[in-house]
Amino acid sequence: MVAFSLPANSRIKQGKTYRAPAGAKRVRTFRIYRWNPDDGANPRMDTYEIDLDTCGPMVLDALIKIKNDVDSTLTFRRSCREGICGSCSMNIDGGNTLACLKPIEDITGAVRITPLPHMAVVKDLVPDLTQAFAQYRAIEPWLKADTPPPPDGERLQSRKERAQIDGLWECILCFCCTAGCPSYWWNGERYLGPAVLLQAYRWIAESRDEATGERLDALNDPFKLYRCHTIMNCTDTCPKGLNPAKAIGAIKQLIIERQV
Amino acid sequence: MTKQSNNPQVDILRSQLKRVRGLGSSHSGSQAWWAERLTSIALVPLTLWFIASVIGLEGATRADMVAWLHAPVPLVLILCLIVTTFWHMELGLRVVIDDYVHNNAIRIAMLLFQRGLCIIAGLFCVIAVLRLGLWEGGS
Repeated sequence: MVAFSLPANSRIKQGKTYRAPAGAKRVRTFRIYRWNPDDGANPRMDTYEIDLDTCGPMVLDALIKIKNDVDSTLTFRRSCREGICGSCSMNIDGGNTLACLKPIEDITGAVRITPLPHMAVVKDLVPDLTQAFAQYRAIEPWLKADTPPPPDGERLQSRKERAQIDGLWECILCFCCTAGCPSYWWNGERYLGPAVLLQAYRWIAESRDEATGERLDALNDPFKLYRCHTIMNCTDTCPKGLNPAKAIGAIKQLIIERQV
Repeated sequence: MTKQSNNPQVDILRSQLKRVRGLGSSHSGSQAWWAERLTSIALVPLTLWFIASVIGLEGATRADMVAWLHAPVPLVLILCLIVTTFWHMELGLRVVIDDYVHNNAIRIAMLLFQRGLCIIAGLFCVIAVLRLGLWEGGS
């Protein structure tokens, strides 16, 4: 059954506090989840006071400042710092988002940062995305076509056909949606989750892909697809403003369309 | 029966792709999902009709009730309401159990139990209505 409380070794304890330097004027508090697999200790929330006058505007800027100037042991993923790589997905102020796209100014009070929920933690803010990426691999996210490509060029798409994958191709696989989906929390082993289903629909909606029926066959399963109950946390949390719930709805509609 | 692991890190050395593919697609699920939607849509007018009918029968005697049920339209509609309600209930309970019960043996036992319960409860209602509507002397 579903567990309603954390196991004893996962309960979060109060951690250390790092004060702002004397004379700091615009101080903001960051409360950050810390867990180290090597020390055997429980996770803890460390508190960092940062002077915003010496820090960039986004939450990721504060994390980088902490790592550079305050506590180099803080561990998190980041790369592009402009919302295109999907590395810095984490739970900020109660919602899954990208640290690089989340302005500190948007948050009132202390900025609470934890890893993506319900993912195994590798260290601090780094979640283990092995399962999510294996699920992505399982939907075969590449063009499948029996027709050979034209000998003199690329496989072309009309503008209208291209428009059909708008709102789908923009997904950067940060897994904010998947980690925010209660159905994925309860049945992540078998349910593919919103990010992967949105990607599955991206290939179903693709005009050059010829494996649509095969793709729908693979998804027609009570657990792989139908654990989605249109809770809409995915759409609510997507830092790219995409709508995975709508894409999942479209898959369900197509499966019915070929039956009736 | 494969065991579903709740801890992906500890006991899995096999391929991650094999793990997430599991036993493959069951090629089912769409029918139950579609039936749940259709029954819920059907229940909107049926339930409204039932509520209106009950209000209309306020103060009626038992004989009035039986006479009302003897007319074909109320009898057919009330049978539709019963079948749709218990069908929808079975589909909904199945979703709840699939969502929250992770021990396969308990889950399957609960699924069978709830299905049996819905069928038996539904049959009780159907028989009760038929007795009133067909066999009991009306006007």
